[in-house]
Amino acid sequence: MGAEEQVHGLVDHLFRHQHARLVSIMVRHLGGRHLDLAEEVVQDVLVTALQQWPFQGVPAVPEAWLVRAARNRAIDRLRHDRAFADRVPALTQALLDEEARYNAVQGTDRIARDRVALDDEVCMLFMACHPDLPRDSRVALTLKTVGGFNVAEIARAFLAQDATIAQRLVRARQRLRDRAVAFDLPGPAELSDRLDSVLGVLYLMFNEGHTAHAGESLVRRDLCDTAIRLCEQLAAHPVTDLPKTHALLALMLLQAARLPARLCETGELSLLDAQNRERWDQNLIARGFHHLDRAGRGDELTAYHLQAGIASCHAVAASVGETNWPQMLAYYDQLMALQPSPVVWLNRAVVLSRVEGPRAALASLDAVNDDPVLRRYHLWHAVRGALAAELGDTGEAAEHYRAALQCQCTEPERRFLAARLAALS
Amino acid sequence: MPEYVLLLYDAETPMTRFSPDEMQAVIQRYGAWMARLAQSGTLLGGQKLTDNAGRVLRKQEDKLAVTDGPYTELKEMIGGFFHIKADDYQQAVQIARDCPHLEYGTVEIREIERTAPV
Repeated sequence: MGAEEQVHGLVDHLFRHQHARLVSIMVRHLGGRHLDLAEEVVQDVLVTALQQWPFQGVPAVPEAWLVRAARNRAIDRLRHDRAFADRVPALTQALLDEEARYNAVQGTDRIARDRVALDDEVCMLFMACHPDLPRDSRVALTLKTVGGFNVAEIARAFLAQDATIAQRLVRARQRLRDRAVAFDLPGPAELSDRLDSVLGVLYLMFNEGHTAHAGESLVRRDLCDTAIRLCEQLAAHPVTDLPKTHALLALMLLQAARLPARLCETGELSLLDAQNRERWDQNLIARGFHHLDRAGRGDELTAYHLQAGIASCHAVAASVGETNWPQMLAYYDQLMALQPSPVVWLNRAVVLSRVEGPRAALASLDAVNDDPVLRRYHLWHAVRGALAAELGDTGEAAEHYRAALQCQCTEPERRFLAARLAALS
Repeated sequence: MPEYVLLLYDAETPMTRFSPDEMQAVIQRYGAWMARLAQSGTLLGGQKLTDNAGRVLRKQEDKLAVTDGPYTELKEMIGGFFHIKADDYQQAVQIARDCPHLEYGTVEIREIERTAPV
């Protein structure tokens, strides 16, 4: 039976990725109106695998098996439905071709497998991130279709109720139908705006994973990995292979490279000063710089470019002391000019403290002290606490840390802040 | 050594509640479980049964009644079976307790009656 091999016969997240590809191929041929039908058929196929593989073993080319099962299921499901009579032959042929492609790339690397249905997956991504959908719906629908998450997983990621997410998805599909959103690549005139919407969704997804807002887990790695995977597809597609795509990808890769070091061995939060830089993922850093280089081939400068530049300053530095803080400050100033926000200003202050000292940093923060969003943001208070402590003002530092603990944050962050507060006295 | 069948009853909760990732995880646990059994020579066979209702035959008076079934409830459907060997029920339970089928169904263990040598 070769059972030992079977255990290792499935690449990580194969079902998730195959869900994405099959749904995309089906929607291409059934039409955007029938997204839910496509999702249903694919779900059935995966359940069939779940029922059969334990007994039969994992097939030699699992992807090809799933495509074949999808073809059978689709034919079975659609052949008596007149509405699809003219579409079934093309869908059948597409799935036959797809199966052949998987058989051809078997044994080769992940990249080859990921590119098999690239065009369809990119079209699906554009559809799920359509600007006519509310932003929350774009993220949910993207995770559901091309991400391969189910409702419960999306709900967990966003600390929402299952029913809320399910409802959001139903409405999103309905709206796509109402607006007759086409399953296609955007034309040249609208490409830039449509791509901005997609990149915005991926950025949001990544950030949600990167800085979880509450709960026990500081990082939701799957959200980060999914955002990176989808952005890699955009970077690989001739139509979306644009500098800003590479800039976002570089940013995410360079940030993700440092994730393993953000938690120390005990699972507690570890700040930059204390991070073990040997735990930074050098492979991701190398990929990040590759895309940063590609991002620079054009005259467009986006916020993603600047943030990737900031991340690259960290990534190349051997230690906090050897970091090029003035360069980073210059990037933050450009970012403030391009896309001003209180959070960017707060991050800039941290960098400013490295360049000009804590007093200058605190003074810069006083300028936005009455921002209501910042006052609810735990890091706003935490940064001020750290700066005050650096100046030896323990009374004020304690006050800030106490204020930080009043805000919503993750459990590791809460423990970290409490430890900082305790260390003051 | 005594032999047993593990009858796998499908659960009332549908498998569709699993996400793609969770389905893959269950399949991988099955792979690991069966690999362990195969290695120790415990596993003799196993098959999945089709999801459709089978046929139930009953002799009533002189007539044979053939009905589709058992339908009624999903929990009565046997989704498949494994054939294993074990020293006794206690060991059979030990083997079955890690069976990933328990993630979504129940397992019934029955010893196969050995015929005495004639």
